[in-house]
Amino acid sequence: MTATAIEDLLRELAPQVLGALVRRYGQFEGCEDAVQEAVLAATVQWPVEEVPNNPRNWLVTVASRRLIDQMRSDHARRERESATATEVVPQDVPSTDDTLVLLFLCCHPTLTAASQTALTLRAVGGLTTAEIARAFLVPEATMAARISRAKQRIKAAGSSFSLPEGEEREERLRVVLHVLYLIFNEGYTATSGAELHRADLAHEAIRLARMVHAQLPEDGEVTGLLALMLLTDARREARTTAEGDLVPLDEQDRTRWDRGLIDEGTGLVKTSLAGPALGPYQLQAAIAATHADAATAEETNWPQVHALYLILERIAPNPMVTLNRAIALAETEGPRAGLALISTLDGDERMAGHHRLLSVRAHLLEKTGDTAGAYEHYRRAAKSTASIAERRYLESRVGRLRILGG
Amino acid sequence: MKFLISLHINPAVLEALTEEEQAAIGDGHGKFIEALKKSGELITTQALADPSQAAVVSVRNGQPVVTDGPFLESKEYLGGFYLIDCEDKARAIELATQIPDTAIPGLGVEVRQVMFADGQLEA
Repeated sequence: MTATAIEDLLRELAPQVLGALVRRYGQFEGCEDAVQEAVLAATVQWPVEEVPNNPRNWLVTVASRRLIDQMRSDHARRERESATATEVVPQDVPSTDDTLVLLFLCCHPTLTAASQTALTLRAVGGLTTAEIARAFLVPEATMAARISRAKQRIKAAGSSFSLPEGEEREERLRVVLHVLYLIFNEGYTATSGAELHRADLAHEAIRLARMVHAQLPEDGEVTGLLALMLLTDARREARTTAEGDLVPLDEQDRTRWDRGLIDEGTGLVKTSLAGPALGPYQLQAAIAATHADAATAEETNWPQVHALYLILERIAPNPMVTLNRAIALAETEGPRAGLALISTLDGDERMAGHHRLLSVRAHLLEKTGDTAGAYEHYRRAAKSTASIAERRYLESRVGRLRILGG
Repeated sequence: MKFLISLHINPAVLEALTEEEQAAIGDGHGKFIEALKKSGELITTQALADPSQAAVVSVRNGQPVVTDGPFLESKEYLGGFYLIDCEDKARAIELATQIPDTAIPGLGVEVRQVMFADGQLEA
């Protein structure tokens, strides 16, 4: 087995092993450390010796041994831990179910999004603290502290290792999906040095979304999120130039879009839209699929894009959605209609001085022929963004208008 | 999101404080650092030597010219910084309010988002 194949296997098994351990011993915190150590041991041993016949059992055995050693060496905590261990009723459930339970636990509502993300990548994604730290460009000590704090919070909240029921389950699933979406975006909007690692984050998010989808194939929003990720990732190659400059959607070379990902994403969108409920991820995926469907930017079905944004705006009102709808509206009814719509956002505190509002206004002003206005707004937008790639793009627009304006 | 919290100090203001007040600032920073480390939000923090020790470097006609600093004649100088990684700007501002300097008129605490980063982050 190659090193990559071993790594893939370990990443797949890690949450299952963790689930098995937590069911046997309770105490998520200690089990999580033990599994991480067992995975590290396997990374070192398996390529040299050989992959055991039952790799899952090997990991469970090694991790259990580590955990028990830890419990023994920690005399002060020993009694309490063994008491906890006896409280746990072992349940005979398929191991794959535990992945979902773990995801729900890692995305516990008492945690900040940054902690949910980090813990999910470690406990469910099977990444090491060092790998997560590199992906987020922070020191390992910072990430280790964040993960340790997150585990303490979960312990303090007294969460049980089971799937929440009813409405709580729905709410928690939304948090899980949001965390996966954040991981994907973190990878997709790579702007600095370690771009390779960040692209890996996008793929990790897709892998995790696939796992959730395999568990909950009937959930429209899970399907929608996976579709949205695939359809967005399909544009990766066309989205930046060789120099790393951003290429806007209407200028992308669509022959470089990944047809395989588009076909899979579009298929998922169709399935999810046929379902009973409609959610924000499904709608965003449907919008992405509409764009993917157009061979050229000119052939874009803008009335459909606008209609989808209108529904999205109704079910999940958000100024960013309104802003995107304004772009679609400008394509169907002209730039002045778009400008009129975004003027409704001027009083919105969330959008005050936001570079997206400034750049969309600049784009629409340019279409009306107001070069001076467009120039000024692109200039302000370039100053307002904290993304170096976006700033370079906006500055290139400023430069172009300067030439046009003389 | 990464933010730089820069601390702009005024040596005259600091000297005018009582010893207890100066000690309280030191303690406050110590507690702040500990809390940031525990929450997993601290990347690094550095305090700078006195501005009178600065060297201003320029190159003219290919020749380096070094003069005693600081670069700007001002009452306030960059005294140090915190580089943090936190949820959003609101959290960065919330954290900044815990810095003792914010309670002292004449000392400046500024929060700015980081746009580009490279190099080793291992402390």
